[in-house]
Amino acid sequence: MNIIVCAKEVVDVSEIKIDKNTNKPVLQGIDKKISDIDKNAVEEAVRIREKLGGKVTVVSVGPSEAREYIKELLAMGADEAKIIPYPDTGDYNVVSTLLAAAINNLEGYDIILCGEASIDLFSGQMGPRLAQKLGVPQITYAKKIDAEDEKLTADRDLGDKKITTESTYPVLLSVTKEINEPRLPSLMEILGAANKPIEVVDHSSLVGEEDPVIEIIDVKGVSMERKNIIFDDDLDEAVKKLVDNLAKDGALG
Amino acid sequence: MVLIYSNDKKLNMEMLSKGRELADELGKKVTVAVIGKSDTDPEEYIKQGADKVFVADTDLESFKVEEYTEILAGIIEKTGVETILISSDKDGKELAPRLASMMDTGCVTECTDVYIEDGNVTAERIIYSGNAVAVERFIKKPHILTVPAKLFDPLEVDDSRSGEIINEKVAYDESPSKILKVQQMECEGVNVEDATSIVSCGRGFKNKEDIKLAEELAKLLPGETIGCSRPLSADLKWMTEDHWIGLSGHKVKPKIYIAIGISGQIQHIAGMRDSDIIVAINKDPEALIFKSADYGVVGDLYEVLPKLVDTIKAKIS
Repeated sequence: MNIIVCAKEVVDVSEIKIDKNTNKPVLQGIDKKISDIDKNAVEEAVRIREKLGGKVTVVSVGPSEAREYIKELLAMGADEAKIIPYPDTGDYNVVSTLLAAAINNLEGYDIILCGEASIDLFSGQMGPRLAQKLGVPQITYAKKIDAEDEKLTADRDLGDKKITTESTYPVLLSVTKEINEPRLPSLMEILGAANKPIEVVDHSSLVGEEDPVIEIIDVKGVSMERKNIIFDDDLDEAVKKLVDNLAKDGALG
Repeated sequence: MVLIYSNDKKLNMEMLSKGRELADELGKKVTVAVIGKSDTDPEEYIKQGADKVFVADTDLESFKVEEYTEILAGIIEKTGVETILISSDKDGKELAPRLASMMDTGCVTECTDVYIEDGNVTAERIIYSGNAVAVERFIKKPHILTVPAKLFDPLEVDDSRSGEIINEKVAYDESPSKILKVQQMECEGVNVEDATSIVSCGRGFKNKEDIKLAEELAKLLPGETIGCSRPLSADLKWMTEDHWIGLSGHKVKPKIYIAIGISGQIQHIAGMRDSDIIVAINKDPEALIFKSADYGVVGDLYEVLPKLVDTIKAKIS
């Protein structure tokens, strides 16, 4: 079973501050990481390989420094990785075209796994776009996957309903956070990952110059001003102060 | 031309009102696409703003993304539409990008606003978990956008309006995937999005039964609405999906939001950051939720809640 996982390096959104003068989010100097739900996708890929055998390949479009974070995914059990350095312009058509070209260059594939959305921009576009570019069916919001040799079934969580879908291979699935608990690699696994291959692929070797289809013309910060009054003294006193404040604010009915 | 598509009538009506506005500004017409079985009389769309309704006749029993993408692409080709509004529900959000990919064009999901600027269709959407708004402009046609529920108010019914109704079969290939089972999830019919006060529960609750402590508090507030964070709904299933507040759940804006035993993951904050007053109760003084709160009480919810209920009772009596 050849399994591909798409993963992306993102800024840690919980650390973003808004510059009061420019009203823009400050992204410089903020910690980076692999988008949370992409780790669920890697975990699921490794579990499927443990059951059916095969290989797990991580493919990532993003900055070349992503190598450091991609290593974590190799430590989790992925076998190899391809990184396609490309600036993040927010044009999902270009990125999905690059991913599709890189995946088509591999020695065949059966399952492609993505997170339901990346936690920075959260568009949820990549899975469906990539499935279309590869000409394969898509099973989005997968919360449970049962893979067999010839086909798989998956439960999709749509909130108000649950849909069980079956597909032959190849198929693309986007997974939710609930599908599994990503493993924490051991020290041995982390050291072992250093020997696993990471190939950097130049985007121009995959596709010609792609015309952009959309541009982000502005990013406006949305600051949230809160009073941040914390009552941490004696509990009776704290509760009394809270209720007094709420009453004063007219929040109690 | 502007095209509207949702498999939900209500959402079609909301998008129609925006579609009408955009079309009038651009001097274009509005078409509603109906795919497969529908209980709605196409005339209803005409009366609420559409110039045309395109009914694609199919044998498909329900929404299926690969086939619907091809059908919608067929309708776009036949009608020559340039701007497509699709509902931002789970079906629409997996349909729109697949369609955009097929047409090699741009797509903006979950728009918070759509307008024409310098003659270009421009859309805004929330990024970085609510910390910023991106303004995006389409460079290529068609433009594909997904629109969340309740963003626009439907137009009044106008019986004098007339339009064209087209019935046609649109070709598509069958996908190798198939739906085996559809199970309706239990739903308590709670509407957190319109609630004026919300008592919201997180992982700090040790048992499902303990939620009644939060219910006691909710009873003292208008609407008696209970919400929850992702784990309680999606993981533990203690509460149905309609209670779930967050980036992937519901977005709320009550006058008062009381977060109890909720750690304050950024994805949860994204769902409640528009609340007027935010109160946090958590035993961990370092919990992230306090950074997003107006008032916080550091303490064990099992001790705080009964005291809070008694104190509020005394205050309002």
